[in-house]
Amino acid sequence: MISGIILVLLVTLPLYARGYTPILLTSIYMYIILSVSWAMFSGPTGYMSLATAAFFGVGIYTAAFLGNLVPLPIFMIAGGFFSAIVALLVGALTLRLRGIYFAIFTFGLVMLIPNLLIFWELHFTGTRGRFVVIYDYNTIYYAMLAIFVVMMVTVYFLRRSKWGLALQSIGENEEAAAHVGINTTMVKVLNYGLSAFFIGAAGAAIATRWTYVDPYIAFDAEISFLPVLMAIFGGMGQLYGPVIGAIIFTYLQEVLITRFSELYMLIFGIILVVAILYMPNGLIGVIQKLWARGFRRQHADA
Amino acid sequence: MLEGEGVSKNFGGLAAVSNVDFHVDEGEIVGLIGPNGAGKTTLFNLISAALTTKQGVIKFKGEEITGLSPNQICKMGVARTFQAVKVFPNMPAITNVYIGAMFGTPSRVPSAEAARESEELLEFVGLSAAKAAPASDLTLANQKRVEVARALATKPELLMLDELMAGLNTTEITEAMEMVARIRDKGITIFMIEHVMKAIMGVCDRIMVLHHGVKIAEGTPQEIANNKTVVEVYLGE
Repeated sequence: MISGIILVLLVTLPLYARGYTPILLTSIYMYIILSVSWAMFSGPTGYMSLATAAFFGVGIYTAAFLGNLVPLPIFMIAGGFFSAIVALLVGALTLRLRGIYFAIFTFGLVMLIPNLLIFWELHFTGTRGRFVVIYDYNTIYYAMLAIFVVMMVTVYFLRRSKWGLALQSIGENEEAAAHVGINTTMVKVLNYGLSAFFIGAAGAAIATRWTYVDPYIAFDAEISFLPVLMAIFGGMGQLYGPVIGAIIFTYLQEVLITRFSELYMLIFGIILVVAILYMPNGLIGVIQKLWARGFRRQHADA
Repeated sequence: MLEGEGVSKNFGGLAAVSNVDFHVDEGEIVGLIGPNGAGKTTLFNLISAALTTKQGVIKFKGEEITGLSPNQICKMGVARTFQAVKVFPNMPAITNVYIGAMFGTPSRVPSAEAARESEELLEFVGLSAAKAAPASDLTLANQKRVEVARALATKPELLMLDELMAGLNTTEITEAMEMVARIRDKGITIFMIEHVMKAIMGVCDRIMVLHHGVKIAEGTPQEIANNKTVVEVYLGE
């Protein structure tokens, strides 16, 4: 019910809010997509993926290559599709790696793909960057909103499904999961592909706001780390944790960049350190704790 | 039902299991004993595909299972528990079992049916009271029961128990022995590794002895107790 009302507000927003708000919200949707997609795989399984920037970049380059040939929804889906393919390949190769090795390998992709692209562009097309087709802000707003909604619905049902349970059991004890009949490799790889799909689609959509991209712009390492921080800050135990983390972080980022551009990273860093030290279960964890305490007090009074 | 021929596994230069032939017949309780490092758990790992080997053939109900993955072996009807318990620690006991019921069989199981089976199995292992507790909060004995219930939820024909009784006190051992007998009464064949002699002598129909990866004896509990080599291995010459 509440989500329905929020959705109606968000869909009609460009009709009454002009200028900056839809632009900011587009960024917020984008970061929600990135952090929830990251958390849908890395949260339950415990495999720390740092390939978000790689999947995002594949989406951006899909837009750069196909933007002038096909309409926005098509190249958005294509961006997601290509990212998912990269994730499936990488997943099949690397998901047997555990812990830190998986994290490092996935981050290696963020280094590898842009350099391959640079090599390709310089040797075969003779350019370094590319112009991307431009869409107006409202179109991008709706595109990002659509990905966001589809993703939230998918993740909502995934968490409640048999698949969600399988993923969770992999994070709890992968060996035991395999021995009670779960095809752990398949579950991990397909879920990794699904999470990359949304990340790639978001990359393709946002690229149309940037006019020009080169491999180093498209594959920005920060995109691998920010969603992780947002998800941890918000709390990964609940579906809404990464959402809240992404909203707060993106807003904070905008405010800090505009008001204290010099101190932005410093303040950001301090908030993070405090959050990780004092909120092991993220903001959601703190809220739940306060809620439980208030609830207990009410009962004690009665 | 389960047979192995010339099964070997080396870790580097060490032959953990070398050229072992074994068989477990339907309805039996077969014990696997041997000193620490004899290769018992390695043999279990080879059967359940936690480890792979190219030497030797393992067959289940006449079909070769070497080279399959653990989830396939589970679906064929071979379930196991672990020496070092591997429960899903943050999940309630009942969910641990439910996962076995949902994923462990080749056919789709409706979730209501899986939930009902999980309840029944927790009751069977005597854990109904603790079903909502996270598995990590349970005592070792109870975590082992969760593992047994979870393994049973996959509807196995053969259940492999890896040191079910290690670390349990006398009362718990008696209960565990009684549970093993009840599992057999369900028509499930049991292959068990055990160090607790009283337990293994009490419940097994047949016992196999491994030493340094080699099978040195096989027979009824009585024969094993009187076997000179076995006594030497355990007590020294």
